[in-house]
Amino acid sequence: MSELTATPDEPLPQVVRDLIGKPMYEERTEFPIEMGYVYNTCAATQNGNPLFWDAQVAAELTGGQIAPPSMLSVWMRPHHWTPGATAERTPLKTHFDLKELCRLPEAIVTGIETVFGEPVRMGDVLTMRQIVRSVSPLKQTRLGIGRFWSIDVETVNQRGEWVGTETYTCLGYRRPEAQS
Amino acid sequence: MSASRSRTTQEVQVGQELPPLTHPVTATTVVLGALASRDWRPMHHDKDFAVNRNGVRDIFINTPNNAAWFERYVTDWSGPKGRLGRMNFKMKTPVFPGDDMTFSGRVAGTAVDAAGCHWVDLEVAVSVAGKAHTEGRIRIALPADDSDNPWRRKGADWKP
Repeated sequence: MSELTATPDEPLPQVVRDLIGKPMYEERTEFPIEMGYVYNTCAATQNGNPLFWDAQVAAELTGGQIAPPSMLSVWMRPHHWTPGATAERTPLKTHFDLKELCRLPEAIVTGIETVFGEPVRMGDVLTMRQIVRSVSPLKQTRLGIGRFWSIDVETVNQRGEWVGTETYTCLGYRRPEAQS
Repeated sequence: MSASRSRTTQEVQVGQELPPLTHPVTATTVVLGALASRDWRPMHHDKDFAVNRNGVRDIFINTPNNAAWFERYVTDWSGPKGRLGRMNFKMKTPVFPGDDMTFSGRVAGTAVDAAGCHWVDLEVAVSVAGKAHTEGRIRIALPADDSDNPWRRKGADWKP
């Protein structure tokens, strides 16, 4: 994705311009934060940090049990299915909105940056909102013509404390055979 | 680093290398990580989908699990008082079952902010057979001495 050249641009649709900077899809976590997923993550990565396994260490260092900070995005993902669901449930809805509005059927995440605030504690209920920060002009990439966009996911806890912001940089594109 | 003690910034120098960590990746590694991170997308558990739809050779490690592995790697080095402030990375090439993934890291910088928080900036990577598949940077707060604890910082005293 590093080899980019400018391509004759088609203007960014106004409906996309209107999304930039606008908080969207404010959602709460579907369940209070719990240790089960913390243990799953620590087991999956063989993470023996006593903060997550020893309640006494957690009490001493962090004032109680917390989740690994890198799990921030875990809490925003919806269940794969819930009663009444009629289609696949997807996180990061603004990403899928941009694919559709920009008429770019393929997309990949090219980079992610997370800044961590207050620790996520057991029993917390988090609220996230998504904000489109930028959408690039059309570029020619190795995958096809497309646009880069960045989306912030800002998260606060039930006390209104900032717990983190994730910035996703994505490329939406059309495969070369689909461009005619 | 033992469970009872954490590394302080007095023990850190720019250019210092973190001990490498190698882990043999299996299908179980990939699926455990995907499900633990609530990532249900099929390319992380369904080989047919990964091969036929994504055009890759197998299922592969997902992004949030890669982040969790980086956290494990860095806090193995720092000890439990090490507190992540910022993490970014780019996954350039997938990591598949059968790969031996090796984590590496290097101290790229150190700083003390206006609130007195001691920061270490790390360059980190995941390599397979000597080739970097994922590269990134992590900013972690370490205690200045054994009496310090970055986890106590809140509000204006925590500016990652």
